[in-house]
Amino acid sequence: MPDKPKIAFYWCASCGGCEESIVDLAEDILEVAQAVDIVFWPVAMDFKRKDVEAMPDGSILATMVNGSIRTSEQEEMAYLLRRKSQILIAYGSCAHTGGVPSLANQFSREQILRYVYEDAPTVVNEQRVRPQPRHQHNGTAVSLPEFRGLVRSLDQVVEVDYYLPGCPPTPKLLKQAVLTLLSGNLPPKGTVLAPDTALCDQCPRKETKPTDLKINEFKRPHWTQIDPNTCFLAQGIICMGPATRSGCEAQCISGNMPCTGCFGPTSRVRDQGAKILSSLASSVNAREPEDIEKILDGIVDPVGTFYRYSLAKSLLRAKVTR
Amino acid sequence: MEDKPVATDKLSTSRDWEPLIVAFFCNWCTYTAADLAGVSRMGYDPNVRVIRVMCSGRVDPQFVLDAFAHGADGVLIGGCHPGDCHYVEGNYKALRRYLLLKRLLRELGIEEGRLRLEWIAASEGEKVSKTINEMVEQVRALGPLRLTRKFKEWDAELAALEAEAQSEEVAAHA
Repeated sequence: MPDKPKIAFYWCASCGGCEESIVDLAEDILEVAQAVDIVFWPVAMDFKRKDVEAMPDGSILATMVNGSIRTSEQEEMAYLLRRKSQILIAYGSCAHTGGVPSLANQFSREQILRYVYEDAPTVVNEQRVRPQPRHQHNGTAVSLPEFRGLVRSLDQVVEVDYYLPGCPPTPKLLKQAVLTLLSGNLPPKGTVLAPDTALCDQCPRKETKPTDLKINEFKRPHWTQIDPNTCFLAQGIICMGPATRSGCEAQCISGNMPCTGCFGPTSRVRDQGAKILSSLASSVNAREPEDIEKILDGIVDPVGTFYRYSLAKSLLRAKVTR
Repeated sequence: MEDKPVATDKLSTSRDWEPLIVAFFCNWCTYTAADLAGVSRMGYDPNVRVIRVMCSGRVDPQFVLDAFAHGADGVLIGGCHPGDCHYVEGNYKALRRYLLLKRLLRELGIEEGRLRLEWIAASEGEKVSKTINEMVEQVRALGPLRLTRKFKEWDAELAALEAEAQSEEVAAHA
């Protein structure tokens, strides 16, 4: 039997939702499994790192890595899988733009470790023990990966060929991507495998978005009775739709929740947060600085709102004085 | 390891640091005023790099962040006085974006004094020179931002592993 193309999946700093989305292929996963050999998938199959190391370089057709990169081990795996794969795909928001984990780039390594191992209210750690990369235990050397100072997207560590956006990507996009890979008819390197238009373009509430949007007050979704048929922005609720790539089939919108931006920006935008900031601010319905400020007070966490999934890939990458 | 500063970082890495300020001036008012300052032979600190845009409303917040990310220590935006915008609303949009951008920058650790918006009419050549001098002093007091250098420092933790991976690759192809 001729060899089937080899596919691998790996996870770095992620929640597991991306893995879940692969399983969400449901019956289609059988079709995929028939067309390819899955040679490495730690969450579901018993292959080890040494098995990957033993493979010839470039022997895997495509590897999909989800999760952002925070530890030295994740870096090593990224390098290893890059070397073994012809095509490396950043799968999901974290690998694509840093994702929610990269909001930690607002804090220093010291702040994070101190909180997690000492200050968090649920922690009892009187000796203030912290995990060490190297340690001697009963004469045996044990080691842990290094915790890096920054969270990075996959392409900030190794070269990436394609991106599948989303938190998580939809099974439909994954299936399309696998079919594209198998067809051999590959798009240009660096392509994000989703439509290149803003979400507003596909939004079922598109017709209700005013051409001259005026925002008098920013309301928070959990404090607001949201009209299920009107544009969120027209209701004063921050929706990342104008600055976010489409392809998610407007699932959040259909659930009566605004877009939070997980598909990242379109190809024309470099910094998703700056772009939504620009769009929202220009719609604020006030002219005097103090009136504008009063309306802007309604945006309680600009970094967490505008860069929820993309701080690592933003122009500043992190809080510069961590 | 070689550590060549990129051209934009030249000023901020020299031994005697000088503030580097990127200024976005609107075509109709502030740029014309800067021109006037020039032909009137008014002096101002040479730390500013002026970029002409058609309107202060054209200044995408991405431009400001990009300037900082490429080594600017401060960014100055100049537009027409309220009510005087050639495009009617552009300077109000600039004002709103500036106020929100300042909030964002504060949270990302960039001091307030590094971003300034000033209304300067075409006739106010003197205000151009005064604003630039003031801002240079303010940024000088804040000290260098040097993000290009900072990014390099942040990524130093990646370099060792990368070198190792590259040497393995070389060995594999030898």
